[in-house]
Amino acid sequence: MAKITLSNMRHSYLAQPSSDDDWALKQLDLEWEDGGAYALLGPSGCGKTTLLNIISGLLVPSHGKILFDETDVSHLPPNKRHIAQVFQFPVIYDTMTVYDNLAFPLRNRGVDEKTVDARVREVAEMTDLTQMLKRRASKLTADGKQKISLGRGMVRTDVNAILFDEPLTVIDPHLKFQLRSKLKELHHRVKRTMIYVTHDQTEALTFADKVVVMNMGKVVQTGTPVDLFEKPQHTFVGHFIGSPGMNIFPCDVHSGQAYVGGEKIATANIAGENVSRAEIGIRPEFISFSDDGLPARIMRVSDTGRFNIVEAECMGQSLKLLIDEGAEIPADNVKLNFDPANTRIYVDGWLSGSEGAQ
Amino acid sequence: MNKTVNQKAWFLVLPVLLLVAFNALIPLMTVVNYSVQETFGDNNFFWAGVLWFEEVLRSERFHSSLGRQLFFTFSILLIEIPLGVAIALAMPRKGVWVSVCLVLMAMPLLIPWNVVGAMWNIFALPEIGLLGNTLNALGIDYNFTRQPVAAWVTLIAMDVWHWTSLVVLLAYAGLVSIPDAYYQAAKIDGASSWAIFRFIQLPKMKRVLTIAILLRFMDSFNIYTEPFVLTGGGPGNSTTLLSIDLVKIALGQFDLGPAAAMSLIYFLIILLLSWIFYTLMMRNEDQ
Repeated sequence: MAKITLSNMRHSYLAQPSSDDDWALKQLDLEWEDGGAYALLGPSGCGKTTLLNIISGLLVPSHGKILFDETDVSHLPPNKRHIAQVFQFPVIYDTMTVYDNLAFPLRNRGVDEKTVDARVREVAEMTDLTQMLKRRASKLTADGKQKISLGRGMVRTDVNAILFDEPLTVIDPHLKFQLRSKLKELHHRVKRTMIYVTHDQTEALTFADKVVVMNMGKVVQTGTPVDLFEKPQHTFVGHFIGSPGMNIFPCDVHSGQAYVGGEKIATANIAGENVSRAEIGIRPEFISFSDDGLPARIMRVSDTGRFNIVEAECMGQSLKLLIDEGAEIPADNVKLNFDPANTRIYVDGWLSGSEGAQ
Repeated sequence: MNKTVNQKAWFLVLPVLLLVAFNALIPLMTVVNYSVQETFGDNNFFWAGVLWFEEVLRSERFHSSLGRQLFFTFSILLIEIPLGVAIALAMPRKGVWVSVCLVLMAMPLLIPWNVVGAMWNIFALPEIGLLGNTLNALGIDYNFTRQPVAAWVTLIAMDVWHWTSLVVLLAYAGLVSIPDAYYQAAKIDGASSWAIFRFIQLPKMKRVLTIAILLRFMDSFNIYTEPFVLTGGGPGNSTTLLSIDLVKIALGQFDLGPAAAMSLIYFLIILLLSWIFYTLMMRNEDQ
């Protein structure tokens, strides 16, 4: 059990990184509380798996330090770090039974058989594997195998953190939900630090207390799921989280206020002077039809069941609106109202002004 | 749904059928034909029934050839399989050395069999061969043309040199197909190198090793050219393997009937042993 600190961390897979693009991870400073449930969220290639491998010790960072509590573990091998990891594809020892699979990490560390048996049974009970202990691990389904990998991580009592690298990738859709709730339940039960890497926002937002959003080797925002939804610090977060993502379109700024096509837009924050590239960000949930507002034309309506996603053209921009199923959608010459409390100005991608916490 | 019956499909199979008939079935059937008949020349054949089969199965000569053959095959399997796996494990997985190693490994496989025999023959000659001369210079009395033990050692060394590469290449293919995650998980689980070999690498290599064992078994059981060029079955009969003995009977003595019967028995032994190997090795797969 430990607090995990990444300080001044950078990593490149090249021996001699020259340009900015050569860095898989650019400048990271993160702190993870003991016992928290964290998610690392980002698109493919954003460096999240690299970061995970650095924490587990499979990679040594080119720069910076990683601390477990106050101890520097940057150069310790994985087995000395007391870390468990669940991989994208279930890793099981084919020739062993489920029982032997779960016992493997303990037996390798010379734990006596009585303790092994007690731990294995306890973990099997937690992961619903008790019925299958005597079966050969290779005969289980993908979700069963993934439970074994998870169980192998939990069986050790000295584990500082359990890392998950997109663990639900090969799981059937209807079992994903089940396994995800199981993870959440286990986290409440064992109170270990869990770090969950994924590119799926649903998985990240439902699992984690705190989500770290990464893009291009950098952390863009760290926050609770609500923070990420309501106050994206960067247009990337706004666009990446939410379905459909945030509407982002360019605007002009005059004395801190945003203008689109000459019309002033009321926003929650104000921009500074002499900004280069300003944009307005508003989630589809916060645009509504009204009697007065910006004129728009409806282009397309897609029904997703509980909501209708309306695509409208407004001042030359294509915007998306989320309208409750059953609510009336006006036919023509609609007017759109932006909720000022949830409309924000972004400068060079970052949230600007007083509200921004750059 | 109605099945459509289309007899024209047979025409599509016909070319393969003809090919198989001409290169396998018809030659095999002529052997079957010889094996149940007696001839005194002039193309006169008389029915002999199972006479030749009984004769071959009872003959001391066949028993000792078969014994030598089994000894040879199991010796080379016991050496080549572990050695091949060991070399495959030691080979690099990444970088420029991979191609270098693969080419080096493939070299012996590219050399024609009779050339291998001739090479080793000259290499091992006690007077002029590098190996033979060196051994004698070191005070080891070595002459593979006169000493049965020396002949056997040379024969097995030659086969190991020629064919271990095949096992290496197959085992290597099995090894590189193991995803990195397995090694990473093993590291995290604190597994020793032996445990990694025993619980990850060996199980993952099982299929390719099954193929390697089967191929090496069948090839070594059929081996003719190399021992024929190296020792010619000598000294005496000490390295006369089944195939060499068979050629002596069929072409040296021209005993068509016994030779045909022996061929069939030889064939059935290979078939039976291959089947046993395969069943034993695949037994765990469907449990």
